[in-house]
Amino acid sequence: MNEIPGDLKFMKSHEWARIEDNGTVTVGISDHAQGLLGDLVYVELPSVGDEVKAGNACAVVESVKAASDIYAPISGEVVSVNSALADKPETINEDAFGEGWIFVVKPSNLAEESEELLDPDAYAELIENEEH
Amino acid sequence: MTQKTILNDAHRALGAKMVDFGGWDMPLNYGSQIEEHHAVRRDAGMFDVSHMTVVDLHGANTRDFLRHLFANSIDKLKVPGKALYSCMLNEQGGVIDDLIVYYLAEDFFRVVVNAATHDKDLAWIEKHAPAFGVKVTERKDLAMIAVQGPNARAKVQSLLSPGTREKAAKIGKFVACEGDGLFIARTGYTGEDGYEIIVPEAQAVELWNRLLAAGVKPAGLGARDTLRLEAGMNLYGQDMDEAITPWEAGLAWTVALDEGRDFIGRAALEKQKAAGVARAMVGLVMDEKGVLRHGQRVVTAHGDGEILSGTFSPTLGKAIAFARVPAGAQDGVSVDIRGRLAPVRVVKYPFVRDGKPIDGV
Repeated sequence: MNEIPGDLKFMKSHEWARIEDNGTVTVGISDHAQGLLGDLVYVELPSVGDEVKAGNACAVVESVKAASDIYAPISGEVVSVNSALADKPETINEDAFGEGWIFVVKPSNLAEESEELLDPDAYAELIENEEH
Repeated sequence: MTQKTILNDAHRALGAKMVDFGGWDMPLNYGSQIEEHHAVRRDAGMFDVSHMTVVDLHGANTRDFLRHLFANSIDKLKVPGKALYSCMLNEQGGVIDDLIVYYLAEDFFRVVVNAATHDKDLAWIEKHAPAFGVKVTERKDLAMIAVQGPNARAKVQSLLSPGTREKAAKIGKFVACEGDGLFIARTGYTGEDGYEIIVPEAQAVELWNRLLAAGVKPAGLGARDTLRLEAGMNLYGQDMDEAITPWEAGLAWTVALDEGRDFIGRAALEKQKAAGVARAMVGLVMDEKGVLRHGQRVVTAHGDGEILSGTFSPTLGKAIAFARVPAGAQDGVSVDIRGRLAPVRVVKYPFVRDGKPIDGV
């Protein structure tokens, strides 16, 4: 299991969000989540310009085993998507917290919504409890 | 209570991700399902299939019993050691289970049935056996390891005594031999060459470890499923069940309507055939990105059907599936994936055989 980077916030459904210096928010799924899903073979990305709402499904990752919705941790406009995942979805398996990022939003309600997310310690505790 | 095979600790020691499968605690993968899949296609992999049920049938009238019990004809087995794939049907022609039967002696046949159908299979066999004076013995003392892939046979043979090695090297496909305490059958569920080895539980862990040392990669149920689907092999419970006849499950090739043989389900099968079979099982390939899944709706000009087994094919790099559709559906077929209709091609399966995609897939 990879170390959980300290600058990330998490949803209980295993998405991570990183607030960048320019105020945008990068979104991905946790290393724990990719481990649960197994080998990823397809990622359905949102489109740049889409408005996403915190807690709503906005992307899909599919492993050999199952399809899984990705929920937006933060509301806003999608300003960038990781189109490299179209050809190399396994990047998420290999580097979930880095090269395996999925999309970036320009947040519309960051201060309030980021309060709802878990910090790395709380997330670590959550997955610890899940495993038992 | 979840059951464990004798190899359970060995799987856990290898870091397997375990899942419940038909009441058994089994390895799903040992890290990467796709790597395990490729190991079987390109080299050699092994599966613990000890959860499957081995049933020995003894008695002078066993052949007669199996003539009655199976939709395929046991009389195709003329040489001891030879194996046959068959369905066991109910009176309505529905599939109770699919299985492999080995002819070992005129008064001794061995049947291997699925794990998830263990109880009803044994009940059905035991219900019909007494009329033929056949003794039914479940062999819980036996484990089973399937070693599959282009290099599987050579790797197994390297571990055998000279006498057994010679026998194992000589047997043709769908034939079994015995030696070194092992029952070695040249059968499998992957579309690759290889052996399924039935081994006494007391010897099983040692055999597993020797295979590992010989370079055979452990592979889990995840890879087993993608391999068998690529190979065009049905999975009981997903591709057919008691409400489905072999005609509707792509298994017509396993039904022998040989003259004068009154097997269970025959009358229903003949009736359905005469009336015309309304649904057919077909292979689907999707050239777009995405994954076909069990339960998705298949839209055809003849009406809707549904995906039975669907997956991402690691060998082809695209999604493949079995679907049950109205008979005659061929062109202009699509699949409803989360509300979007994705075009798919209806193809003949298997999709992959001996490591290579089949032409036209």
